[in-house]
Amino acid sequence: MLEIEGKLQAELARGIEALQTVAKVESLEAWKQEFLGKSSLVMQTYGSMGKLAKEERPVIGKAVNQVKVGLEAALAEKEEGIKTASQQETFTKETLDVTLPGRTPRRGRIHPLHLTLRQIYQIFGDMGFQIYRSPEVETDDYNFTFLNIPPYHPARDMWDTFYTEKEGVVLRTHTSPGQVRVMRERVPENIRVILPGTTMRYEQLTARSEIEFIQVELLVVGKGITFADMRGTLNDFARRTFGENARTRLRPSFFPFTEPSAEMDVQCFVCGGEGCGVCKGTGWLEILGCGMVHPTVLRYGGYDPAVYSGFAAGMGIDRSTLMRYHIDDIRHFRNNDIRFLEQF
Amino acid sequence: MKAPLSWLKDYIDLDGVGIEELANLLTNVGLEVESVQLVGVEKPEGKLKNKYFGLSWDKEKFVVAEVVEVNQHPNADRLTLCELNDGTGITTVLTGAPNLFPYLGKGRLEKPLKVAYAREGSTLYDGHQPGQVMTKLKKTTIRGIDSRSMICSEKELGISEEHEGIIELDADAPVGMPLVNYMGDVVYEVAILPNMARDASILGIARELSAVTGRPLCLPEGVAMEKGGAIAEKVGLEVRDAELNPRFMLGMVEGTHARKSPYWVQRRLSLAGMRPIDALVDATNYTMLEIGQPLHAFDYDLLRERSGGKPTIITRTAYAGEKITLLDGSEPQLDPQIELVTDTVGPLSIAGVMGGGETGVHAGTRSPLVESANWNFINLRKTLSKTHINSEAAYRFSRDVHPALAETALGLCLKRVREWGGGEVVQGVLDEYGKPYEDTVNRISAQDIADVLGQEISLEESTQILERLGFTCLIEGSEMVAKSPATRTDIETGIIGQRNLVEEISRVYGYERIAPKRLSDELPPQIGNPGLEAEERIRDIMVSIGLQDTLAYRQTSPEREARLFIGRKAPEALAYVRLKNPITPERTAMRRSAMATMLELLEYNAKFRPGLALFELGPVFLPVADEVLPHEALRLSIGLTGAWDVASWDRPQSKAMDFFDLKGVVEGLLDGLHLEGVKFQATGHPSFHPGKCAEVRVGEEVLGVMGELHPQVKKNYAFGQDAVLVAEFDGEALVRLSNAVFTNKAISSYPAMVEDIALIVDESVPAEDLEALIWQAGGKLLVDVKLFDVYRDARLGDGKKSLAYQLTYQAFDRTLNDKDALNIRNRIVKQTKNTFGAVLRSQQEIR
Repeated sequence: MLEIEGKLQAELARGIEALQTVAKVESLEAWKQEFLGKSSLVMQTYGSMGKLAKEERPVIGKAVNQVKVGLEAALAEKEEGIKTASQQETFTKETLDVTLPGRTPRRGRIHPLHLTLRQIYQIFGDMGFQIYRSPEVETDDYNFTFLNIPPYHPARDMWDTFYTEKEGVVLRTHTSPGQVRVMRERVPENIRVILPGTTMRYEQLTARSEIEFIQVELLVVGKGITFADMRGTLNDFARRTFGENARTRLRPSFFPFTEPSAEMDVQCFVCGGEGCGVCKGTGWLEILGCGMVHPTVLRYGGYDPAVYSGFAAGMGIDRSTLMRYHIDDIRHFRNNDIRFLEQF
Repeated sequence: MKAPLSWLKDYIDLDGVGIEELANLLTNVGLEVESVQLVGVEKPEGKLKNKYFGLSWDKEKFVVAEVVEVNQHPNADRLTLCELNDGTGITTVLTGAPNLFPYLGKGRLEKPLKVAYAREGSTLYDGHQPGQVMTKLKKTTIRGIDSRSMICSEKELGISEEHEGIIELDADAPVGMPLVNYMGDVVYEVAILPNMARDASILGIARELSAVTGRPLCLPEGVAMEKGGAIAEKVGLEVRDAELNPRFMLGMVEGTHARKSPYWVQRRLSLAGMRPIDALVDATNYTMLEIGQPLHAFDYDLLRERSGGKPTIITRTAYAGEKITLLDGSEPQLDPQIELVTDTVGPLSIAGVMGGGETGVHAGTRSPLVESANWNFINLRKTLSKTHINSEAAYRFSRDVHPALAETALGLCLKRVREWGGGEVVQGVLDEYGKPYEDTVNRISAQDIADVLGQEISLEESTQILERLGFTCLIEGSEMVAKSPATRTDIETGIIGQRNLVEEISRVYGYERIAPKRLSDELPPQIGNPGLEAEERIRDIMVSIGLQDTLAYRQTSPEREARLFIGRKAPEALAYVRLKNPITPERTAMRRSAMATMLELLEYNAKFRPGLALFELGPVFLPVADEVLPHEALRLSIGLTGAWDVASWDRPQSKAMDFFDLKGVVEGLLDGLHLEGVKFQATGHPSFHPGKCAEVRVGEEVLGVMGELHPQVKKNYAFGQDAVLVAEFDGEALVRLSNAVFTNKAISSYPAMVEDIALIVDESVPAEDLEALIWQAGGKLLVDVKLFDVYRDARLGDGKKSLAYQLTYQAFDRTLNDKDALNIRNRIVKQTKNTFGAVLRSQQEIR
């Protein structure tokens, strides 16, 4: 082995060792000068190649190349190491407390009663029901007489009515006037509609009772519509709304515009029928009134009760929305307190 | 209606039917049980679905006892010491009951007094505290005498609120028997549906139970009566109008004492919610509660005295100016619609509603004359709507009572008057039955029933149900002929009568037994509801922009809406849909301005949040001349105030919103609805800042108005510093002009060129017009124009402004070069110069 070869090997070892003490990018320059600069052993060796004996050249050339490549590789590795370390330092400096709150974008929400309505539209839409709306200020005829509630009929006691100063004009006490309106519009076709809308009753304003509330009514008219159809439809609705295992029961009731009439209860979805505060210990929640359309109402709608039959059902969605979200005061819906609405 | 179980059992055997089971039976047949009161008996075990309340009487502690001697307390005038036998021996019991004073110092009582006795350790209600407060009897010393036990009042036992004296049980009460065995009871409070008014009676409820359990009904029997006879010598009867008074009956008892009824009668009345008075009044009330027919008792001697001889009862409508003072002291206004019971002297009572104070039975009555009548319910309802009198009689008559009940009731009542009040029934009754009621007859087949119910019920089963409800039925071939019972008037004829029968059959058969089916009829013609769909689209767009959906009260007042105007005064009189019976002075009319609603919502919420962005979609109510109903016009209102951004912990609250925030929201909405040809135009409006108000139009049609609230209008509300921005849109126009379908613009795959230009124009040139011209001049290669700066400076000259635009050029078929850009820019500069005198500012100055 030539002397120079030994020197070069030592140079490589020294360079790698020296590199280990370097910690900053700036210090690398000095190292580069020392080991790969013009006056470094490696570059000097290259410079003096011409002076070497011919047979020495390939041997020494190979040796110096090896050392150069070795030094350069060590340098590259060091540079990478320093960069990574410095980036790591930056990351540490930039580290956030991710538990600090995010910046809230302004967000709009749909009113809870409109959410409930949309859910009902969806469910009945799936069952082939169309949506029909009718006036909120109604004639006494549509609100009462056409619904088999003539003047001075005891059933008029069932509604506390707002009367307008115009004779024969009231604020509708239920969405049922829409039954006769839609019948008159669609006769003699089959009818399968829901009638949603605001209704108004003269009641004290308390946490549990409102003067304005939204009802959704159902009306099916056709040939051969039966009480069994009504029960099936309402059961399906209850299951879609309250879950696949929702249990219902029908109790006899009275509405002048249906006969037979019933009240449908659903097993309390809060306690599962065990009895709780929401169902007042009874295990059941009253959710809607229903019945077979009274022949008189069919007649007012233009359908012959000897040929056609139908069923109707009505529910107040304010109350069911209260129960659904455990809302403590029905007046929140129309007070529109932003602190209430923001929760939906 | 409150029904004591012991009373129901007079008419139907309910042995073996549990307390809870009976409640469920009642509910399932249409008599919804609202609560169950336990009177002494224990609460049933197991899972209970009904609401229970009341006191249970321990069998060891509460017993029937007898007071054998009443002595004065040595140290207190108002207290007595009773020698009492409770079946185990004699003890001394201290009491202050005034109804024992008459027995003081009488020594051993000839007839011992039967009482309800509570031994030491009993739990009962405290008689001295209002309401029902539980207390336990323990030894106390009152004025030197020990007291451990108690003789009870009704209040202490939970029977009624009565605490004036102790209960005096009937003489046959067995001493030593546990009190609960003697008089424990259960009271079912049931809701009476308007079509089941016949069940506002114990017998009515018992009949429903008979129908649903199949157990037989046992009817009570009154005295035998014949028409005319001795009574006709004593009193005359004249019915002027049988339409208003279909039936009127009179019966009479002579030689009565208005003493107390037997205790069991008093207790039943108390439990059913009526106050016991005396044997005569109790007999009428008891009979009314029993079968549902109200009765009234006159003092015959008073009537005779008034008339100066044989009185004649006349039923007629009131004369103008006639007066009456009722039992409750009220003096309602009478008019010729109101039906009265009178004599030759004047009014005795308002028919079917309430008797007069002067001629009714009283403590000294010897000869009660009992009225049992039937009244036209529609006329009676008219009377009630004027006089606003509530009475048990009016409640029943206003729901129509069958005239046959008058006769049954009179027989029962006369029997009770005689039994409880003493005396002899005068022979005969008077009966004016001018308008006999014909009970309806219906024919119905099993098929008719199945057609309504979708469930087969055999004609035999249906027949049995109706018979148990009191119908008289006959099967003829495939049909049943059913005659309605002489207790109800709600069964009609024809197709409605059939439907009435189906309801009766199905509710007793049980709705739960009707198997549910899915609708299988043909679907109706498919008619969409584009209006509703567009409304919901508007809601979604507004919410996606970041605004909160709200829901408005329809009822407001003109005064509230007048806050929209300076000085709270509308510039012109506005027509409102006004309410005849508003619930509060705050809500006397239907709203006609959605903007007024929105301002109230902003005002209410401004204190809770530093920035608000709300919208509301709903109708306003605009009266239309010559139309019965108002126009219910759909309105969209938008309200903004405060900062749009929600402040965060490291970012300060941003600037309060102004006109252009509102305009941005509106543009976002109109863009979302794909409205075409929208223009904003400065306009005036009494509620808005004169310089910050615009109307939005498409062609000639005004869609809505928007702007910043006028400072003087703002003063009408409790707002702070921030500007209040409101818009109100014609919702129907938005819905009509919106395009659910539109042409999507293609996106070029060639690069775009962007350059900025600034044009100096007169202050009077509207930005919108300038921009429109830029678009026009730019031609089809100009694909975007964005205003990024509006600049005013003395160097530009007086009355000048500089508008800086970023222009984007792009082609679909090639990459544009500088020459293309120059061409477009030159066209824009030239045309804006020609039309508006615009001057191009040098590029360097722009940014």
